[in-house]
Amino acid sequence: MIRVILRRIPMALLVALTVSILGFALLRLSGDLVRELAGDTAGPEQLAQVARAYGLDKPLPIQYLNWLWDLLRGDFGTSLFTGEAVSSLIATRAGPTIILALASLVVAVVIGVPLGVLAAANPNTLTDRVIAVVAVFGQAVPNFWFGLVMLVIFAVKLKWLPVAGDDTAAHFVLPVITLALSIMPQFVRVTRSGVLDAMGADYIRTARSKGIPARRLFMRHALRNAILPVVSLSAVTLGFLLGGSVIVESVFSINGLGLLAYSSILSNDFPVVQAIVVIVSIVYVFLTLLSDVVNAWIDPRLRG
Amino acid sequence: MTMTNPSDRAGNPTLSPRQLMVMRAVGHKGFIIGAVVTALYVLMAVAAPLIAPFDPLDQNLLAKLAPPVWQDGGSWQHPLGTDSLGRDYLSRLIFGARISIMIGFFAALVSAIVGTSIGLLGGYFGGRVDALVMYIVNVKLAMPGLLVALALVSAFGSSFVTLVIILSLLFWDRYAIVVRTLTQQFRNQDFVLAARAAGASTTRILFRELLPNLMNAVIVVLTLEMALAIVIEAALSFLGLGVRPPNPSWGLMISEGRQYMFFRPHLVIAPGIAILGLVIAINVLGDGFRDIAAPEDRR
Repeated sequence: MIRVILRRIPMALLVALTVSILGFALLRLSGDLVRELAGDTAGPEQLAQVARAYGLDKPLPIQYLNWLWDLLRGDFGTSLFTGEAVSSLIATRAGPTIILALASLVVAVVIGVPLGVLAAANPNTLTDRVIAVVAVFGQAVPNFWFGLVMLVIFAVKLKWLPVAGDDTAAHFVLPVITLALSIMPQFVRVTRSGVLDAMGADYIRTARSKGIPARRLFMRHALRNAILPVVSLSAVTLGFLLGGSVIVESVFSINGLGLLAYSSILSNDFPVVQAIVVIVSIVYVFLTLLSDVVNAWIDPRLRG
Repeated sequence: MTMTNPSDRAGNPTLSPRQLMVMRAVGHKGFIIGAVVTALYVLMAVAAPLIAPFDPLDQNLLAKLAPPVWQDGGSWQHPLGTDSLGRDYLSRLIFGARISIMIGFFAALVSAIVGTSIGLLGGYFGGRVDALVMYIVNVKLAMPGLLVALALVSAFGSSFVTLVIILSLLFWDRYAIVVRTLTQQFRNQDFVLAARAAGASTTRILFRELLPNLMNAVIVVLTLEMALAIVIEAALSFLGLGVRPPNPSWGLMISEGRQYMFFRPHLVIAPGIAILGLVIAINVLGDGFRDIAAPEDRR
């Protein structure tokens, strides 16, 4: 197990480092930070002063190293607009996004995996086709639109659920359904093909010829094989949701990381955007590493 | 050709692989439906000035938010009513197909060229080149694509070309992974070894021997990514960081219709259905193409 982690760590570190460089460069090159800080009316004198005060007169590589050093000590800088520490800004806004992401993932797995198994158990039947249609719909529907339509039906017309916000569990029902619908199709596909692959494999044929009951064969052997890609997909999806919930957050007015990133992008609040991009990337790298470890734990063949 | 299916061959010994593909296409219901619906959308986009009853940008402030034909006070003059600036909604919906299809197609195409090249190099050369390719792919996967795209659009603007380039940054990785895997499988097959033994240059092997055999897989990915790109363009426009007003993008129309959706719900519902129809059609077309091109993968 430890060997798996050790083997994957260099790449993970390299990727995390590259992401931090890209995140830094991307936002530094896309606007004039000094002018942003000093304001439009500042003269050359003031600009130079501001640049010196923030260390922005130094060459970019030095600026990057300073930023990285601060980052490693947990200092993400301060917001250009509210003056708040970026770390505390992110800490207060991460909650709703994490709840949203985890809940959507759980719903998508709990519905998607059984549907995939059901489809694989009845390949090319009506059941399989209906499930495929649901998957295509979930994949194709623009989730901001689906969210709005549900909002009108269930919150405005039927008044079953609240319209906007993130105060109670009820507020999360529609956003979670919306996000879960859009990520579920992949779980259906991955499970279906994982189970079908396993059912065609030699070890299943051997087990069947030894007279192991079909039900046990399915549950013990085929399903176990299909779990591996589901674990990997869960990690990837969770990482994606943490950085990709901006649309759903904006439709349902959930004050999470997505909306924070969005409003910071609109107001050119570089330090906040930078920090969110880098943190989400590093969490993604960590999650994929974790999923490899979990898979090695499930399947001894991967430990080699 | 390595893709031919022996059982088809046995039944029709005189048919070329291409003829076989056409025969399978005609018999594949999903492919036909997907192709016909996609073609109708393309036709609508191309012929938009001919079919649209009005200019999609023509405002008429005296006829703001006219109801659609099925509501009280609606008329056939504006079958879907007008928007908050009195523009004919049906015309805007028709012209919206142009933006969706153009941006979706070019984003998928540019990312196909980038991703296929990267995957081809990694798969064929292996070793250090492949390690570099996997490293680039891993970095791409780790970045929150949507946030980066939003930040880039906000910094560099959203002209057609910048939007296409920024969207292509989001979609090249799947081509790279698919092409790399296939190239690794093909690299040591007879047709490549034969070409190498005959003294073919590396460029020739990559582009004349390997690429044609990868084309079907690339086209399948292209359809799926084009569908995704259309949804993402709509999402960016919905968030106000995509196509700019007054251009009729379906995502932008949903965002503009949002504040009236309680008494004019069709302002939100109609563009959504337009996106949904196109994206489903392209997806079904792509799935069908995969069945036709490589029936041995079919389950």
